[in-house]
Amino acid sequence: MTDRVPILKIGDVLLVSIQVDLEDQMVMDLQEDLSQRIVDTGAQGVVIDISALEIVDSFVGRMLATIAAISRVLGAETVVVGMRPAVAMTLVELGLSLGGVRTALNLEQGIGALRRARDQGPVQR
Amino acid sequence: MAQDEPERLLRLLSDQQEQIVAQWVRKVTTTLAGRLTPAEVQQDLTELYGALLAAVAQGSLATRQEAYGEVRSLLTELSRNRARQGFSPTETAYGLFALKEVLEPFLSDAAHLAAYLQFSRALDDLGLYTVETHAKTREEIISSQAEQLLELSTPVVKLWDGIVGVPLVGTLDSARTQVVMEKLLQSLLDQNATHAIIDITGVPSVDTQVAQHLLKTVVAARMMGAECTISGIRPQIAQTIVALGIEFGDITTKATLADALRHALRRIELQSATAGMGGTA
Amino acid sequence: MTPGVEPLEESAVDESPIAANADVVKARQTVRALAQQARLSLVDQTKLITAASELARNTLTYGGGGSMRVSIVRRGAKTGVKVAFHDEGPGIEDMELALTDGWSSGKGMGLGLSGARRLADEFEVVSTPGKGTRVVVVKWAR
Repeated sequence: MTDRVPILKIGDVLLVSIQVDLEDQMVMDLQEDLSQRIVDTGAQGVVIDISALEIVDSFVGRMLATIAAISRVLGAETVVVGMRPAVAMTLVELGLSLGGVRTALNLEQGIGALRRARDQGPVQR
Repeated sequence: MAQDEPERLLRLLSDQQEQIVAQWVRKVTTTLAGRLTPAEVQQDLTELYGALLAAVAQGSLATRQEAYGEVRSLLTELSRNRARQGFSPTETAYGLFALKEVLEPFLSDAAHLAAYLQFSRALDDLGLYTVETHAKTREEIISSQAEQLLELSTPVVKLWDGIVGVPLVGTLDSARTQVVMEKLLQSLLDQNATHAIIDITGVPSVDTQVAQHLLKTVVAARMMGAECTISGIRPQIAQTIVALGIEFGDITTKATLADALRHALRRIELQSATAGMGGTA
Repeated sequence: MTPGVEPLEESAVDESPIAANADVVKARQTVRALAQQARLSLVDQTKLITAASELARNTLTYGGGGSMRVSIVRRGAKTGVKVAFHDEGPGIEDMELALTDGWSSGKGMGLGLSGARRLADEFEVVSTPGKGTRVVVVKWAR
């Protein structure tokens, strides 16, 4: 029985905090749950907090990109926050670009970025 | 060793253990001229003697083999401690050679002598072993000091609210650039900064590897959600970069630190302006 | 690995199967434990574990499952961690293509092999179409 990743609502933003190594089923569930919540709440933004992740491989990278894409189709912008320096350096070395996924250092900056995104339109990288 | 040599040696070493160890301790303590207490020396040497005895009892004089495993590990410990305490390799090795001198008066006949000569060779080898370990420990100490120096020489400073900077001075090598990268990225989190400036005014030249490290730093900062600018690129370095065919792409570069700072401040202003009404969450 | 170099001493060997998704997570934990033991820096640990994660997923997805062998290695004065993956899957038909950045025969960002190579200090892949694949990476402590 897999747990589901909790989704919190803060104003018109949904916050997803990834605490553990996600396995395939949990990722599927998260995408489903999140899509449903965006529609149900009319959320304008999604913040994915990865500050607890020590490892981000191409699987996780793909997941983040997919979630961002799905959310955008449903009318919400996404921002990924809290990437650790070691993770950033590894992703650069790996050659994995999170192109199209907005990032910010922390929750506060993330929400600020979402506000600006709403005013400016989708991110250009 | 011949038939009854190991027996005789073993008997000599075990029967006269107390006396031999006592004299050994006295000899070593004298040489170390009070830099170690007799009690410390007593403990170290008694343990060592016991291990040597056990190894000889197994009928072996092959000091690099299993039977001497315990002996070697005690010697490694001893050697490392002495190295850290500032003793020279000679002083440490002497500890072993001293045992030879101590044994001499106890030898009573030719058979003893033969066994002793073999044993003495083993002690020589163990003495060399301590010198090796000593050298290794010294190297470890030196490299850890070099690391600390590296850490100290790459300070990251807060230039303004939300802006951190690293003024690099001197020749950059791969190791140093990596340390800079790590410190800079960490400081973004620590200072809650959105902009980082790497100033290389004080860097005389840049090679491909270093340039790539700098690029990676900028990309990594961007991954984390911050902007990174490189300033202080002198004409010569600009020429080198172009000549090496390194793509700086859309990375912002400025001639001076002041320009970079101005640029960062402007961006921060812009960001606050477009945040619209309402402050932070 | 290049011949004519000092011999590699291996210790603390841990072998485990890569048969299900949960094993990929376990694989990361095992590699982390040994990387810490070998005193790799945090960044180097992260790089190695990430490489192992990519390779473990490859073994599962393309190799039909297999095994992983992690060990602490020593060459001269250097200490490091070696991670080897083995599977008896279909093997890699076009090695050059597989090692090209961004290639994948499946969907999504396929960076498994080329990515692991960039993250590791030493990298070796041997594959026989129809027989299986073996990938070995080594990361040394600085």
